[in-house]
Amino acid sequence: MKVLCGIGGSDDSFRALDRTVERAAVADDDLTVAVVENPDSSVDPDEIVQRAESAVEEAGLDAEVRLVEGDPGSRLVELAETEGFEEIVLGGGHTSPMGKITIGSIAEFVLLNAKTSVTLVR
Amino acid sequence: MSDRGYPEAVADEFPVPPTEFTDREGRTVEVRPYEDTEEGYEALVEMYDAFDPADRAQGIPPGGEERIREWLDAILGDDCYNVIAWCGDEVAGHATLVPDDDAYELAIFVHQEYQRAGIGTHLIRGLLGHGQAEGIRKVWLTVERWNRAAVSLYKKIGFETSDAESFELEMGLRLNADGEDAG
Repeated sequence: MKVLCGIGGSDDSFRALDRTVERAAVADDDLTVAVVENPDSSVDPDEIVQRAESAVEEAGLDAEVRLVEGDPGSRLVELAETEGFEEIVLGGGHTSPMGKITIGSIAEFVLLNAKTSVTLVR
Repeated sequence: MSDRGYPEAVADEFPVPPTEFTDREGRTVEVRPYEDTEEGYEALVEMYDAFDPADRAQGIPPGGEERIREWLDAILGDDCYNVIAWCGDEVAGHATLVPDDDAYELAIFVHQEYQRAGIGTHLIRGLLGHGQAEGIRKVWLTVERWNRAAVSLYKKIGFETSDAESFELEMGLRLNADGEDAG
């Protein structure tokens, strides 16, 4: 399957990255990792790209890691449409100290606007 | 995430527990800070174990006794503030303040048999009175946007919306002015 994994540097996005890479190796998915500009994340995009590249390499995958500029949600949806992705994978939400899960505005936009299935990784 | 917004004005004074009242069903309910006893802890576990899954919000309370105990151990720590609404020796509701950077995150749960009886309002006011007396300055919470009963309760208490960008509203309340006491 042609899978687009969008990550922005939050803890849950890295969890999504690791799980998607793991699964792609088993399922032989055609994976692309899109590093987006999450305004809520303090991690430098270049650092995120590096982290994604090493995860892909460690898994022995031939997956592309791409830095995607502009509005994260709409760019992910657009990429999925123009390049024929079949699934978008995102982090499953931020967990507060209380244990409450909140789903960010990027995931909400993608959920509501994507034509493909969307997976939120918990 | 320390860029949360809070009202400029400090909230009114809330009643400091213990307090007692009669709910709309005629039941006597007492609001008290959580006492760390085995009976109290087990009564709390019992309430959450019987909690209607339909009343879960954003993943809490978790399901299953083991996960409930794990979660309670995290939010009943010494750095948290917890208040219980007791009906006899049964827990009718529980409200908690959990530290997060320079503020506290609030959550409140009322067991389904005790809902729509005015207990939530007394419980949250009791928790905020407890926190206010302990010198807490800022409290925040998130609530699912469609949960109108909860949103209107928080507004009535004095919470103001600080972020309405996604599924969950974020709301804030100022309990004490900056510079007063600790917390």
